[in-house]
Amino acid sequence: MGSRASTLLREEEIEEIKKETGFSHSQITRLYSRFTSLDKGENGTLSREDFQRIPELAINPLGDRIINAFFPEGEDQVNFRGFMRTLAHFRPIEDNEKNKDPIASEPLNSRSNKLLFAFRLYDLDRDDKISRDELLQVLRMMVGVNISDEQLGSIADRTIQEADQNGDNSISFNEFIKVLEKVDVEQKMSIRFLH
Amino acid sequence: MSVHALRKSASSSFVFVGIGLPIEASAPAYQSHGTEGSHLTNITNTKKAFPVLAVNYEHVRKPFEIALWILLALLMKLGFHLIPRLSAVVPESCLLIVVGLLVGGLIKVIGEEPPVLDSQLFFLCLLPPIILDAGYFLPIRPFTENVGTILVFAVIGTLWNAFFMGGLLYALCQIESVGLSGVDLLACLLFGSIVSAVDPVAVLAVFEEIHINELVHILVFGESLLNDAVTVVLYNLFEEFSKVGTVTVLDVFLGVVCFFVVSLGGVLVGAIYGFLAAFTSRFTSHTRVIEPLFVFLYSYMAYLSSEMFHLSGIMALIACGVVMRPYVEANISHKSYTTIKYFLKMWSSVSETLIFIFLGVSTVAGPHAWNWTFVITTVILCLVSRVLGVIGLTFIINKFRIVKLTKKDQFIVAYGGLRGAIAFSLGYLLSNSHQMRNLFLTAIITVIFFTVFVQGMTIRPLVELLAVKKKKESKPSINEEIHTEFLDHLLTGVEGVCGHYGHYHWKEKLNRFNKTYVKRWLIAGENFKEPELIAFYRKMELKQAIMMVESGQLPSVLPSTISMQNIQPRAIPRVSKKREEEIRRILRANLQNNKQKMRSRSYSRHTLFDADEEDNVSEVRLRKTKMEMERRMSHYLTVPANRESPRPGVRRVRFESDNQVFSADSFPTVHFEQPSPPSTPDAVSLEEEVPKRPSLRADIEGPRGNASDNHQGELDYQRLARCLSDPGPNKDKEDDDPFMSC
Repeated sequence: MGSRASTLLREEEIEEIKKETGFSHSQITRLYSRFTSLDKGENGTLSREDFQRIPELAINPLGDRIINAFFPEGEDQVNFRGFMRTLAHFRPIEDNEKNKDPIASEPLNSRSNKLLFAFRLYDLDRDDKISRDELLQVLRMMVGVNISDEQLGSIADRTIQEADQNGDNSISFNEFIKVLEKVDVEQKMSIRFLH
Repeated sequence: MSVHALRKSASSSFVFVGIGLPIEASAPAYQSHGTEGSHLTNITNTKKAFPVLAVNYEHVRKPFEIALWILLALLMKLGFHLIPRLSAVVPESCLLIVVGLLVGGLIKVIGEEPPVLDSQLFFLCLLPPIILDAGYFLPIRPFTENVGTILVFAVIGTLWNAFFMGGLLYALCQIESVGLSGVDLLACLLFGSIVSAVDPVAVLAVFEEIHINELVHILVFGESLLNDAVTVVLYNLFEEFSKVGTVTVLDVFLGVVCFFVVSLGGVLVGAIYGFLAAFTSRFTSHTRVIEPLFVFLYSYMAYLSSEMFHLSGIMALIACGVVMRPYVEANISHKSYTTIKYFLKMWSSVSETLIFIFLGVSTVAGPHAWNWTFVITTVILCLVSRVLGVIGLTFIINKFRIVKLTKKDQFIVAYGGLRGAIAFSLGYLLSNSHQMRNLFLTAIITVIFFTVFVQGMTIRPLVELLAVKKKKESKPSINEEIHTEFLDHLLTGVEGVCGHYGHYHWKEKLNRFNKTYVKRWLIAGENFKEPELIAFYRKMELKQAIMMVESGQLPSVLPSTISMQNIQPRAIPRVSKKREEEIRRILRANLQNNKQKMRSRSYSRHTLFDADEEDNVSEVRLRKTKMEMERRMSHYLTVPANRESPRPGVRRVRFESDNQVFSADSFPTVHFEQPSPPSTPDAVSLEEEVPKRPSLRADIEGPRGNASDNHQGELDYQRLARCLSDPGPNKDKEDDDPFMSC
């Protein structure tokens, strides 16, 4: 396997990640071993191909988008920090965090940050609106190939009709939050990371 | 519950007693006993006048009494709901018990023996409809998300309750002053196991009226359903041992094994019958009328079969309902679905009413042995053990939950642990050889009364007081569906990235397995390929269209049709007529051919549809739908109508037309715009739906605005109205539609 000294995780890095993401020490080490197992090139970063090798992502309708979400704007490699930062969105919200001082910056796994993450997966061009086309693309990915464009178009129209409040024929982030207010996002967007 | 214990009990016949109507004994018209014959030959010598009017009560006595009881029970129920303030304060179950008490008292005053809630009647006839109703309409998503918590409460909570109560009561009985020193440990444990189980009937009756949030509702309700297995095992265990008198380690071990056999066996039996029902429903496209019966009978057979093997009947019933529902609903017609829903609600409502009334009557009737200390201690211990159990278990469970249970949730879960008729019936089943039977029965009845009356009545104000989250009434929203599915995929993907095989991973695996293998076998025709999202959307649109018609908005079209003959060709009326045809055709097509289901969260016994389904028609939406309709109509009227051959794939997923949200306002004033490009010719595949209306098609090809068109349109419309309101004789075409559910 060769020398991997350069890719070993140093204590201070763990501390920084802990502070930034809120993961515990054991979670970080566990996820780091996952990171390294995915990193076939052993250069301390993951590329898109590394993600595409994951079988669950290959069959997932949203696989490509999820992979893209890990990579910062325009880059092709993601290091461990970036990896953790993305995963931090899925950490369950803890009670003591709910009462935290609002002046401190919002943790990555707050409800609105979770929703923002999901919103960005729809909104590829980052114009803060889910347009009809973007919605159509997602729908097409989810329902497969048997459904005609017409029909999908109707669903998309109906969806936008339901959500749109300011009449711009697209879903803004606030409208997105509003339609999901009945959905228990804290539970739906949380993974119970093993301790 | 275990009917097998009935074999040991003496009473195995219906214990209905007549109310002593005056009977004129005369020779019955149709009976021909031997003695009667000879009697007749004796009296033919003295010729009597031909009996013009004779009363023969014995002939019809049993069905008559049963029908009378049920009728009285339902009239009582009717009466309660006519008194608005009463039904708002007191839960129905309390009122029914009071009525039962009154009726029992009345019967006793007359001098007759009031009937007791016979255990066989209860377990075989009254309980299954309620459980089937609960299981068939069980909200799957919250249930599976919380199944771990529910199981912990059901199994460990019930065990804790049983042993805590049994143990402490035994300790109490040891105290000399109580005077119950004859009661041994096993008897106390038996009593504890009977009285410790939360009762689904009582929980349903009370919780249904308070509209608590979904999480707490499913926790308490799920617990009440799943603790049946524990109750069965404990009851049988202690019943057996109390005869023998000793318990060995081997017995305990066998008891544990028995628990797994009972619960998993029950689920297995239920699942088998569920799959059988699903498979059967695949072939019922030509015999729509009996479809509901398959559902009911297979479920009942599942219950009886598992009772036969001493497995948990309740779990079998739940498993059967849950397993069969998605496939059956993909196969059966809309009317069958409505029938199933109505019948289940009806039967469970009647059962519940009867159960509570009989509880009241049995209280008056039953032999009672009152011992203040024992009974009061039982009641207090019930509460204490429940509270301790819930708090203790929640403390452990919260370590494993993502969304923790708050103190308010815990309180409602603890307070909602009501006991009911199952406990009474189990107590009643105890053979008379138990010397404490009467005492136990009295204590059980007292506990039931306390929980139902005190806890049942006060839970609603307490919920208000503590500001516990209520159930959010929500219309089905396509946004929620899409985004929920989106999040499912997202979470599955992220779990994959983390290498973490969690909840979503297994759910996805199950879905995939379901889609590739199971659906193929159990769903008729091509439907199994339809994605759930599409099915949901179609149903939603259809439901709206139906609502538009039912709320009387579409009939406003009719007057304008009649008057159209006199109107000069102007853009407005012509468009109205076009739209009217379009609407009619679309509605008819969808209703004739397709899958409709009202997606309602069917918790409530009293309301079958969500009350707040009004369309909020906003201006924006109005304009958009007008645009859509105009676009479509211009297509239907320009494209030749002989494009009839539908592609199989398109036939099933035809909600092209579903996206018609009509409103009354749109008809008189019309502003049409052409915003979007014309739809593809495939959109016109609707034509295939109208084979028996050749004249209509001819109209489309011909010039617009001819009078015959209007007349035809009128007939069309009336036919449609009839279709929607009243099933006519030759509705085979209409019934020929399988329909799907999410």
